[in-house]
Amino acid sequence: MNNTLKSQYKFRPGTVINGKWNKNYYTLIHELGYGANGMVYLAESKQGYVALKMSDNAMSITSEVNVLKSFSKVPGSTLGPSLLEIDDWETQNNRIPFYVMEYIHGPDLLTFVQKKGSGWSDVLILQLLSDLDRLHQEGWVFGDLKPENLIVTGPPTRIRCIDVGGTTMIGRAIKEYTEFFDRGYWGAGSRKAEPSYDLFAAAMVMINLAYPKRFQKQGDGFIQLKKAIQAKPELAEHREILWKAINGKYSNALEMRKDLLKNISHGSVGNPDSSSSVKGISTKPKKTGSASRVKRRRQSKFTSFLETIMIILVISFLYILYVYDHLM
Amino acid sequence: MKTGTLKQILLITDGCSNQGGDPVAMAALAKEQGITINVIGVMENDVIDEKGMQEIEGISMSGGGISQIVYAQSLSQTVQMVTRKAMTQTLQGVVNRELKHILGRNTSMEELPPDQRGEVMEVVDELGETVDLDVLILVDTSASMKHKLPTVKEALLDLSLSLNARMGNNQFSVFVFPGKRKDVEKLLDWTPRLESLTSIFSKLSVGGITPTAPAIKEAIAYFNKKRSLRGLLSRDDEQYFEESI
Repeated sequence: MNNTLKSQYKFRPGTVINGKWNKNYYTLIHELGYGANGMVYLAESKQGYVALKMSDNAMSITSEVNVLKSFSKVPGSTLGPSLLEIDDWETQNNRIPFYVMEYIHGPDLLTFVQKKGSGWSDVLILQLLSDLDRLHQEGWVFGDLKPENLIVTGPPTRIRCIDVGGTTMIGRAIKEYTEFFDRGYWGAGSRKAEPSYDLFAAAMVMINLAYPKRFQKQGDGFIQLKKAIQAKPELAEHREILWKAINGKYSNALEMRKDLLKNISHGSVGNPDSSSSVKGISTKPKKTGSASRVKRRRQSKFTSFLETIMIILVISFLYILYVYDHLM
Repeated sequence: MKTGTLKQILLITDGCSNQGGDPVAMAALAKEQGITINVIGVMENDVIDEKGMQEIEGISMSGGGISQIVYAQSLSQTVQMVTRKAMTQTLQGVVNRELKHILGRNTSMEELPPDQRGEVMEVVDELGETVDLDVLILVDTSASMKHKLPTVKEALLDLSLSLNARMGNNQFSVFVFPGKRKDVEKLLDWTPRLESLTSIFSKLSVGGITPTAPAIKEAIAYFNKKRSLRGLLSRDDEQYFEESI
C-alpha cells in the first residue's frame, strides 16, 4: 500500500505545482521525507524555500492543517512549522491536496547530539519542555514526540518540531504515536491526551539519546526502564526526574523543566571541568554527577580531621616536653 | 448529528479459508447490514501466498473496511491503526452523505474549498472521539496461528487501551474459529474491557481448518442479536442514512 502511494507521489525535481484555489506556484527541488500520511518536498516559491506536503488522503492532511492553524494562534510558540497555505493541485487525471509550510532546516535531534556532544542534549530538552508547556496551556498535547520529529536549527541553536500528525486536543485519545515513546506500550498509563503523556515521551527521548538504537519491551516495562536508566551515567544523574516523568508524577512541563534545570546547575558546581560550559551548563554532564561531589566533600572532611589530629598531637608533644622539662 | 453505534468486525488471520463457502460474499452481506469488516493478515517467518492476499483484500473491500498485511511484531500498532482508520472512514461516509443531503448531489468533502474542508474535518474528528463503537474480533486459530496467538492477545489488549482513551463507549467481543466443537466459538461476550482475555487466551487450542465464511456469518448473527436486545434505535439511524444517499 505504501509503495503505491510513494510511487504515485514521486515527482521529478523541477515539477511545478500550481494551486487550484490560491493560484500560487511552487517548483519542487527535492524530497525531504516520506511519512505515513504523504510526501514532503522542498520547494521554491515567491517567498523563497518552503516545505510542501502532499497526500492522497485529503482528510488526514486537513486534520494536520487544523492543528497547524491553531498553532499559529499560540503567541510566541516556535515548536511547529508555521502554515503558509493549503490548496489542491489538479493534474490531468488526479486532484492532489497539499499544504505549504515553513521550511525548517537542520539535522534531527539524534544526529545533532551525536555530532555535537551530549552536552547539548540537556539544553535542547530544556527548550523542548518550555515549548511543550506553551502547547499544553493552549489545550494541545503533541502526541508523537520522538527524535525524528525534532529538528535542531540554528544559529542560535533551537529545537523545532516538524510533524504535527499526532497532535491531539487535551482529553481526547492520542491520534498517532510511536511505540518506544508511548506510555501505553510500556504499561505506564493510558493513551488519553494529557500533559503527562508528552512528559513520558520527553523522558523516553532522553533515554533514546543515550540508547540511539532503542530497545524492545521485555517483560515488566518499569523494571526494564529502571535498569536502562541506571546503566548509563548520563541518565543516572537525572534518574529521579526521569522516574517521575515515567510514572506520570509531573502535572506540567514547567515542573519537570525546573527540576531538570536544578539538577544540571547543581551537578556542575564544584567541578573545575565545567569552565567549558554552554550557557552555564556543563558540556560533560557525565563527570558532574552528584556522586563525585559527595566524594569530594567527604575527602575535605577527612583532611580537616587529619589537621585537627596533627594539631592536637603537636600541642600534646610540646606539653609533654614542657612537663618533662619541669620534672627534670 | 446522530450516528448511532459504529459496528466493526476485525478479522485476524494468516491465510486462506478452506471450508464453508466464500468469505468475500459473506463480507458483502455484512456491509449491507451496516457492519464494516477489517482484515489483518499476520505473517511471521512464513509469507501469505497470492491466494490468501487476494482473499484478505477481497473481504475488506466488499466489507467496506481496510486490510493490512503485517509482521507479527508490528501487530499491536496495526490493529489499533486499522480500527481507527476504518472508524474515520465510516464517519466520513456518514458526513459526506449529510453534505450531499444539504448541498446537493455532487458535493463531497474533497470538493469543498480547503477552509471549509477543515471545518468539516473538525466535525469528523469530534465524532471519532465521541461515537460509540462495537468491535467483534474474529481470531483465526488454525494450526499455523498457534505461536502467533500470544502476540494477537497483546495486540488486542493494546487495542482496548487505545480505544478506551476515547470519550465514546466501546464494546468488544471475541470469537475464535475453528472452535472446539463448532466452526466458531465465542470466547468473550460484549465487554468494554479486554483484560479478561489474558486468562482465556492461554487455554486456547488450535484446529486444522479455516472456516472464515461461517465465522463472519456467526459474527453478523451475533451483532443482530445484540441489536434486537438493545431496541431498534441504531437500526433506524442506519435506514435514515441509507435513504439519504
